[in-house]
Amino acid sequence: MSLAAAITGVGMSDIGRKTNRPAILHLAEAARRALECAGLTSDDIDGISTYPGKADNSPGMSPLGTGEVRNALGLKTRWHSAVPDGPSQMGPIQVAAMAAATGQARHILCFRALTESSSQTATRRASIPGAGRARLGGWYSYLVPANAMSASNWAGWMAMRYFHEFGMTREHLGLVATGQRAFAQDNPTAIMTSPLTMEDYLGARMISSPLGLFDCDVPIDGACVVIVSAADAAKDCARPPLTIEAMGSALGSQETWDQRADLTTMGAHDSAAHMWSRTDFKPSDVDVLGLYDGFSIFVPLWLEAMGFCGHGEAKDFIAEGNIGPGGRFPVNTGGGQLSGGRLHGFGLLHEVCTQLWGDAGARQIEGARVGACGMGGGFIAGSMLLRRG
Amino acid sequence: MRPLPELTPENTAFWTGGAEGKLMIAFCSDCEKAIHPPQLICPACWSQSIAFKPVAGTGTVYSYTVNYQQWMPDMPVPFALAVVDVDGAPGVRVTAEVVNTDPEEVAIGQEMKVSFVNSDDVWFPRWEPDQ
Repeated sequence: MSLAAAITGVGMSDIGRKTNRPAILHLAEAARRALECAGLTSDDIDGISTYPGKADNSPGMSPLGTGEVRNALGLKTRWHSAVPDGPSQMGPIQVAAMAAATGQARHILCFRALTESSSQTATRRASIPGAGRARLGGWYSYLVPANAMSASNWAGWMAMRYFHEFGMTREHLGLVATGQRAFAQDNPTAIMTSPLTMEDYLGARMISSPLGLFDCDVPIDGACVVIVSAADAAKDCARPPLTIEAMGSALGSQETWDQRADLTTMGAHDSAAHMWSRTDFKPSDVDVLGLYDGFSIFVPLWLEAMGFCGHGEAKDFIAEGNIGPGGRFPVNTGGGQLSGGRLHGFGLLHEVCTQLWGDAGARQIEGARVGACGMGGGFIAGSMLLRRG
Repeated sequence: MRPLPELTPENTAFWTGGAEGKLMIAFCSDCEKAIHPPQLICPACWSQSIAFKPVAGTGTVYSYTVNYQQWMPDMPVPFALAVVDVDGAPGVRVTAEVVNTDPEEVAIGQEMKVSFVNSDDVWFPRWEPDQ
């Protein structure tokens, strides 16, 4: 049962490391490209949506809210929203889909902008919640003061438990990293395009065991825009609408990274099950996947969450070559965040849409028509199933 | 210097119990559920009768990671972080640094005991092998 809403355009700025380029200029470039993709003008945009809103809870995490973007681009909107507590980084897109489907707006500009690369210094690392503050509150106040400062630590203990229970090894995660790098070599906009061998992967320095350097995504400066349109309005756009077939937002456990009863699962499992409960499509219908890869371990967890294989089976599923170039279920075909840079899930959705429109050039998955996207790691998650036509 | 938690009515007993060497966990006085992170209300029965009790201060490693990356200029590395199932508080895990052992010797299933380190008005729990 699809929603009366579709994705009609995507755009990404020229992302980079230490660009020292103001976030709003990244955003404007991404917006212009998304409008071109959709065949729309700025006058057509009557809604705006973002995650999490302007926030400085870690350096460069979210320099722009809807206000800055409305002002800078001279947008007159009928509907606006910023959702820090929605279903992961996908929250603004899910909320926009509901707003479009219920007639609140016709064409909604959904954005994510980050300047994590330019913003980080020796004492203020990107992705360290609360960096530079004296006192912390909220869920991370039980982790950061205990020196569990980085999400690599939190993902590290999830991976360690998964390794322990299911016999996964670093080589399995290496297949994720090297496979995505191979995809990235066919993506001119990816941030890391030099060849990555298993030897390189295994030889890289450890960050937080069992995760090494190439298990971690790359902080960047950049912006990505996704345009969500009401189903009737979508028909007027330049490309075939990518109908939102189903989406999932369920969460079953506490907002923590260490209390979920089974840490070999995560919020993704709740969210993906919710998504499949809303559609007659099955995993076997999916042609291309965008799965959150802030850390490599999230990819096998998302594969299991989405039902592409059973619990504990992801290591074999990956080793059989299912997710890399030439695989039956290609994942993160633009290189993902591991090789493409961290656009906080938006980049993964950008790539799924690019594939479904047949615009992916040398890395195009032949005949891709149905795409699945999962965003978020740990306790947050959003899932979406898209189909062309 | 590492950041400190803000002390609140919910969490003060947890963060200051170490002054007396006690690991203080919140329990619902009505349904006995152990609640962590601590809250003013029981998520199981919505009772507002919440009391902190000292637990034995021992537990079993559910998972761990060894951190090698220096996130702050004065951070000594490597160190291990253990996610420990706390004895006497079903469903509660306390995540803390592991001390008094080689970080690379930490293992899932290992028995741990708590100790504390003081910083300002906070006593951080730390785990060490329970010999």
